[in-house]
Formats: sequence, structure tokens, C-alpha cells
Amino acid sequence: MFRVTTEPLSVQQVNDLVKRPTDGAVVTFDGIVRNNFDGRAVRYLAYEAYAAMAEKKMAEIGAEVQQKFAIGEMAMVHRIGRLEIGESSIVIAVAAPHRHAAFEACAYAMDRVKAEVPVWKKEFFGDGADHWVNQN
Amino acid sequence: MQITVKLFALMREKAGTDTIPLEVPAGAALTQAVATLVCQYPILEPYMANTRFSIHMDFVDPETILAEGDELVLIPPVSGGA
Repeated sequence: MFRVTTEPLSVQQVNDLVKRPTDGAVVTFDGIVRNNFDGRAVRYLAYEAYAAMAEKKMAEIGAEVQQKFAIGEMAMVHRIGRLEIGESSIVIAVAAPHRHAAFEACAYAMDRVKAEVPVWKKEFFGDGADHWVNQN
Repeated sequence: MQITVKLFALMREKAGTDTIPLEVPAGAALTQAVATLVCQYPILEPYMANTRFSIHMDFVDPETILAEGDELVLIPPVSGGA
């Protein structure tokens, strides 16, 4: 499953989606909204996506990861809209027969998301300022 | 011919809209459409060097030839994930 949603994410739900009896490991990455950026206090974030393309790109990354690593099922959900500190922005779960492939595939998938998936983050700072990450 | 330009994030805010109908010559390349866009919305010019382009939900080369009705999506540097 590769989805963009405005709903809060459930790590357990994404994790359970990929479990199979043949796989001895599930590695789940839980991306969290952090309360600081470059030493500045962050109040909250807003994520915007080109949702249809984001889901397509995530599925393509999934296919690429399946080719590259000996893994089983994989799922990825990105939340958009306003997110508060401590909430999950992305959850990636990768199941594999053995743990090493699952760890590596999960890290690789996350790097690919950061490079290719059309989602944008806006940070709202404690002093009232805001900015789009990487766009000025 | 008419195409539609879609904007997201900072460029959407700068332009004050997420959708811009654009008239370009038949057979125009994507780069020509971008030049036309920047003429109408000079405020977008500084961001173009770092912008990628998408048609039909795939990244495309700036030399791509456009077709009537294409939706050209401007993709600024992405910052998804955590």
C-alpha cells in the first residue's frame, strides 16, 4: 500500500499490513515532526503534496526496492496537512525473511522518498515566521 | 494551443493561484511554456532554476514537446518524509 492521507498515521496498522508468516523481520520507520530546525523552535508543520503523483512515485520506489533487496511486502503512507510536534509524517514498513535486508531496504526507501516524491514541508516557527523547506 | 500549469508550495503562494491556463504555440517545447509563464508571472522566475517538471505524473525533460491540453506541473525541490 502506497498512500497519501490527511488522517493521523498508525504505525501498527502499516506494520501489520506487511507481515507474512514467511518473513522473520519487519522494520518500520516512523518519521516524527520535530520541535526544532537549525536551532529555531518549530511550532508545527504543514505538508502539501501532489498527491496522485506522490502515490505513483511511492509505488515506483516500492517496486525499485523489491528489485534491489530480498524483501517481502512493503507499505508506505505519508500524511499531509497540518501536523503537530510529535506526530508521524511518514511510516514505511518493510518485511523480509531476514533483518538485514529489511533494515537496508527501509533506509534506502526513505532516501528515495526524500529525493523523488512530490511532497513539500512548511515549517511554522515559534517567532511567528514560516518557510518552505529548500525553496528560498 | 492551451495548456494548464499547476503550482505547489512556495510558487503557488507567490503566484496566488494553483492553476494557470497558458496559451502557447502548437508544438511548443516545455521550455517555451516556462518562458511564457515567467513573462506573465515574473515573481516565479527566481525559482525556475531549481524546478523540475511533470506531465502525466512523471518527471519530464525540459525539451519535451507539449500537446494541447497538457497539464504541466512545476515541482520545486521536494521535502517530504520527516
